[in-house]
Amino acid sequence: MNEIPLTHILFVSTALFFIGMYGLFTRRNIITMLMSIELMLNSVNINFVAFNKYLFPDKLDGIFFSLFIITIAAAEAAVAIAIIINLYRSHNSIDVDDATEMKF
Amino acid sequence: MNISAIIFYAISALILGAGILAVTSVKIFRSAIWLLFSLIGIAALYFWMQVEFIAAIQIVVYVGGIVILIIFSIFLTQQSGKDLPKPTLSKTVFSALAALFGIAFTFNLINHYGFDNISATPFNASVNEIGIQMLSTSSHGFILPFEVVSMLLLASMIGCIVIAMKTSTSDATPLNNKED
Repeated sequence: MNEIPLTHILFVSTALFFIGMYGLFTRRNIITMLMSIELMLNSVNINFVAFNKYLFPDKLDGIFFSLFIITIAAAEAAVAIAIIINLYRSHNSIDVDDATEMKF
Repeated sequence: MNISAIIFYAISALILGAGILAVTSVKIFRSAIWLLFSLIGIAALYFWMQVEFIAAIQIVVYVGGIVILIIFSIFLTQQSGKDLPKPTLSKTVFSALAALFGIAFTFNLINHYGFDNISATPFNASVNEIGIQMLSTSSHGFILPFEVVSMLLLASMIGCIVIAMKTSTSDATPLNNKED
């Protein structure tokens, strides 16, 4: 357990964050963009838990931040999927390139 | 290189490989399944770090809730056998370059920071401790965000119903003839 330094866990979460960013840049479908955002949120959670465990083991603040991030991510995903269903009903498509009414 | 390190690198390979496949797969349903495997790998990483409560929450909320919600919305809004449109070559190249630059930059920062790795005290993240501190009203308790986040969940639930509700006005007839 103690042979793995903190930096290796941070490498994994950094790589996961930028994988999510790549997906957010390349995809044009709203559902896949939402999936990329979920990956980025999870990498942040890994960071919080790893910092709490390795640097401040006498506190529990990182654990609580992870718990609240998970809760807010669940609420965000539910609202996003309601918006996706509404958008599909009015545009018959969920590509972001097809919903350009508010584009300036 | 003992067995714990081997397990850590295996879990990391699972997370990153499934994550890359989730953002590059051309079929949206396969993409959702790869996301599922990546989230399971993250839960395994929490188990490896011995924070079992977060791992259980991760499985319950993400694997059992959000991915199922995403799969349902794929079924509702999309022909799941159809391929996604491929991004243009220039967009792929520049996005990959931006991601690689970000990875290299952050790796460099992390590598040269030098965390002082002195964790003599054992890490105690049992459900007992978490529950006591979650509902404590002292200055280190989390009772206020706990209550606020319950209001947020209620608001988002009502908001989802209002947004996704079908309006049955007479002038705006829906496109499909489904009676619901």
